[in-house]
Amino acid sequence: MIGFVRLLARNQLALAGGVVLAIVVVIAAAAPILPLQAPQVTNTADRFLPPFSDGHLLGTDHLGRDLLSRLIWGTRLSLSVGFAAAVIAAVIGSAIGIVAGYFGGRIDNVVMRGVDMLMAFPYILLALAIVAALGPGLLNALIAVAAVNIPFFARNIRGVTVGIAGREFIDAARLSGKGHLAILTTELLPNVVPVIVIAMSTTVGWMILETAGLSFLGLGSQPPVADLGSMLGEARSALITNPHTSLVPGLMIFVIVMSINLLGDGVRDALDPRLRSGALSRPQPATTVRRTGPVPDGPGAGALDLQRLETRFHVGRRVFRAVNEVSLTVGRGECVGLIGESGSGKSVTALSVMKLVSSPPGVITGGAVFREGDDLVGARHDTLRRLRGDRVAYIFQDPLSTLHPLMRVGDQLAEAIRVHHAVGRDALRRRAVELLKAVRIPNAESRIDAYPHQLSGGMRQRVGIAMALANDPDIIIADEPTTALDVTVQAQILALLDDLRRERGLSILFITHDFGVVAQLCDRVAVMYAGQIVEEGPTGEVLDRPGHPYTRRLIACVPELGGGRRQLHAIPGLPPAVDALPAGCAFAPRCDKTRDACRQGPIALERRGRRAVRCLYPEHAAHAPEAAQ
Amino acid sequence: MTHALRLDGVARTFPVGPRLFRPPRGAVRAVRPVSLDVAKGETLGIVGESGCGKSTLARMLVGLETPTAGTIEIEGRAFDRSDPAAFGRMIQYVFQDPVSSLNPRKSIRRIMEIPLARLHGMGRAERARRIAEIFASVNLREEFLDRFPHEFSGGQAQRISIARALAASPRILVLDEPVSALDVSVQAQVLNLLAELRRRFGLTYIFISHDLAVVEAVSDRVAVMYFGAVVEVGAAERIFSAPRHPYTRLLAGSAPVVGRPLRPPEAKGTELPDPLAPPPGCAFAARCPRATELCRREDPALTKMDDDQYAACHHPL
Repeated sequence: MIGFVRLLARNQLALAGGVVLAIVVVIAAAAPILPLQAPQVTNTADRFLPPFSDGHLLGTDHLGRDLLSRLIWGTRLSLSVGFAAAVIAAVIGSAIGIVAGYFGGRIDNVVMRGVDMLMAFPYILLALAIVAALGPGLLNALIAVAAVNIPFFARNIRGVTVGIAGREFIDAARLSGKGHLAILTTELLPNVVPVIVIAMSTTVGWMILETAGLSFLGLGSQPPVADLGSMLGEARSALITNPHTSLVPGLMIFVIVMSINLLGDGVRDALDPRLRSGALSRPQPATTVRRTGPVPDGPGAGALDLQRLETRFHVGRRVFRAVNEVSLTVGRGECVGLIGESGSGKSVTALSVMKLVSSPPGVITGGAVFREGDDLVGARHDTLRRLRGDRVAYIFQDPLSTLHPLMRVGDQLAEAIRVHHAVGRDALRRRAVELLKAVRIPNAESRIDAYPHQLSGGMRQRVGIAMALANDPDIIIADEPTTALDVTVQAQILALLDDLRRERGLSILFITHDFGVVAQLCDRVAVMYAGQIVEEGPTGEVLDRPGHPYTRRLIACVPELGGGRRQLHAIPGLPPAVDALPAGCAFAPRCDKTRDACRQGPIALERRGRRAVRCLYPEHAAHAPEAAQ
Repeated sequence: MTHALRLDGVARTFPVGPRLFRPPRGAVRAVRPVSLDVAKGETLGIVGESGCGKSTLARMLVGLETPTAGTIEIEGRAFDRSDPAAFGRMIQYVFQDPVSSLNPRKSIRRIMEIPLARLHGMGRAERARRIAEIFASVNLREEFLDRFPHEFSGGQAQRISIARALAASPRILVLDEPVSALDVSVQAQVLNLLAELRRRFGLTYIFISHDLAVVEAVSDRVAVMYFGAVVEVGAAERIFSAPRHPYTRLLAGSAPVVGRPLRPPEAKGTELPDPLAPPPGCAFAARCPRATELCRREDPALTKMDDDQYAACHHPL
C-alpha cells in the first residue's frame, strides 16, 4: 500500500489531479456547514447579477439564485451520483464478469452474448431508453448510467478472471474443500480487485459526464434541485447574454473530470504489474556499455572469445552482478557447453555476446567479446545489426514465443534472409524449403505455408533452428534449445545440431542445465555458479573427474537412468542472490570443504593445461592453485 | 490385500469445438480406458511425453476432472463422481509450478489453514498446532507462515505446496511433475524429502514426470503412457533396462545419458498420431519398427509378459 502511494506520488500529473479532486470533494462534502446562501431561494429582482457582485461572489442565475451556493450543492450531487453509478456498475459488472469467467462454457457464452447485445446499442440511446421507461429523475438517471457501464466492467473482469481461473491455486483450493462460492469470493476476488479499481478510476469521470448529459437534457435532476448538468441546461438560453451562468458549471465539470482522469491514469500505472516491472519502457536496440576498467586487447582466439565479460543489472539502488569476469573461448567447429542452475548467469552471458541484454536495466560494465579480431562489445549498433542473425545466430528456449504467431513460417524464414541479403522472391522460397528440409521437417513444401500454432513443439523448434541457419552463420548460440521438448524430440534436435556442426563447421555455444545433453553434444564444458565460471575443461574429463566441489555435487544430484531406486545427494541451501554475493567463494556457504581462506577474498580461475578450476581446495590436488600447494 | 487405489477402465473424452446448441464437432480421447492397481505404500511412476494424457489421468484421480467412463476406488471406496472435497481427505495433488499453485494474495498461514478448516473442521488452536507439526516435518521454519508466496524460491514454494497437501492428511499424494520446475540441486532436496515423508506417514505416491531418470529413482513400479493409454507397466528397475514395448525402448533410448554416444533414436520424420483422427489399431504403429498388418488393424490389450511386467503390444521385445 505504501509502495502504491509512493509510485502514485512519483507521477506529478496524477498527484496534481489527486490534490485538485481532494479539494473539490472536501468543499462539496462541507456544503451543509459552509456559510452559503440557500441554493433554491429565488429573487427575481437580482436576476443575472455578474460575478463579484455584492453578496454573490459568482453572481446569480435567471431566477436570481446564488450561483456559488448552487455550484457547490450541484457539485455535491454530481459527484455522489457519478461515484454511486461507478460503484453500482463495478459491483454488478464485476460479479457478472467473475461468474462468467470462472464457470466458462455455456454460462459464459450466454451471459457474455447478453452483455454484447447491451454494448451494441449507442450508450446515450440506451440511457435515454432506460430513463424514458422509468421516467425522468436523478435516481433513474443514475440507474441508466450504471446500466450502460455494466458491460464495460463485465468484459474487462471476465478477461482477467479467465486467466486467473485456469491457474493452479484455484484447483488447489477446490482440493482443499472449498466450494464455488468460497473460491469466487476468497480466491478469485482478491486477485481481481486491482483490475476493478483500475477500471473504476478510469470510468468515474466518464460517468459524471454521462449523468451531466442526461441532466442537461432535462432527464436527470428535476428543478428546483440542480446538479452540474441541469445548471448547464438551465443556463443554455442565456448563453450569449449572460455567459457566466454557463461558464461556472461548465468549468467545474471540466475540473472534476480532468482531475479524476489524471488521477485514474496514475492509479492504473501504479497498480498495473506490467508497468511496474518496466515492461512498457522501451529497451534500447543494444545493451548499454559502460566499461570502467581497461578493455582487454584483441584479437582473441577461436571463433568467439569472451574475455572478462561483466554484465550488471541496475534496479533501483540494487546492483545485480549477473555476469562476473567470464572468459570463454569457442573454437571453430567446436561445441562448448555452458552449464548452470537458474540465476547462474548463463543466459545473460549468452545474450551479452551480441548485446541483446535489455537496457535498462542491463549494462555491460567490463570485458570484451572478440570475433575475427573485432570487439563486439565496443562495436557500433549497425555493425551488430549486420552480424546478428547473419554471422552469429541465436536459438532460444521457447519456440512458440520466438516465432511470430501471425506470419507463416516460410515468410519468417524468408525475412531472416532478406534482412541481410538481396535475394529474389522465388530464390527466397526455394531457400526456405531447403532450410526446412535441412532441419528435417517432413513435407517441407507444404509446411512452409503453415502458421506456428499449426506445428508441434518439436517442429517449431526446428523452424527456430532453420532460422538460425538461414544465413549460414559461423556461430550459433543456443539457449536451452531442447528444455521445453519431449525426450524423443530432444534426441532428434541434438542429433541434428551435431550433424550440422560436423557438416558446416559451425561453432556452437550451448547453454543448458542438463549434464546428459552436455555429455552427448559438447567438446568442452564450462560450469557457472553465481555469475562466475567455476570450472572449465573437456567434457569427458570434467564429468569423470570434476575439479570443483560444486561440479562434483551438482553431478551427484542428477539421477542417472539405469541407477535404480536410490537416495539422491542434495546440495543444502540455495545459490546466493547476485546482488549480495559473499566476499570469497560464492559456493562457500554450501560447500562441505570450506575453510577460512575460502571466505577471505576473490578466488582466481586457475588454469592447468586444458582444465581450469576456481577453488582453493579442489577435488584433485593437480588443480590446486600454487599458493595452496 | 486392499489396494490404495484401483482404476477400472477410467477414460476421459473431451469434446472438440463445443457449440451452443448443437453437439460438438468431434471428440478427443485424452485418456483411453486405463485399469491400474496401486498397493498401499507403493510409489507408482507415470511417464510419457506431452499430450499423452498423464495429467488428465492425474486430475481424474483427485476429482478435478470427471471420468467419462470407469470407476476410481480409493481404499475400497468407489468415487464415481468428481467432487474434489470428497476426494480431498483421501488423496491430494502437488502441482508442477509451485509458485502458481499458491494464491499470491494470501499469507502462507491462510493457505495452510484452508484444508484444515474445510476438510477436517478444526478450530483455531488445533489448526495452529497441526500447522506447526506439518511445517516441522517438511523442514520449514514457522516464521514463513506470515509471508506471501512471492517471497519464496521455487524449492521453498514446492515444500509449502507439499505441506498444504499433507495438511489434508491424505492417504495418497498425486505428484504431477513436482520437481521439473526446480533446479537440479534443489530437485534432489525435494525428492529426498518426499521419500522421507512417504516412509514416515506410510503414504502412497502417484509420481508423474517426463524425466525417466527421476521416475526410476523414486518409483517401485512405472507405467508408461502413450497417446492416452498405458502401454507398459513394470518394476522400475527393469522397465527401462528390459522394456517389452517398443515405445518404452524408444523413450529409454532417447534420454540423454552421460557416456552414451549421440545417435538419432528413430527414423527421421516420424510423426505423432493425430488425436482428432486416431489411427485404427496400435497408436504407435506408425513409428514402430516392428509394426505389422495386425498392429495397424487391432489395438493390442495390456497383457502379462513376465511376473509383474505388462505390455500392450502384439510383437513385444
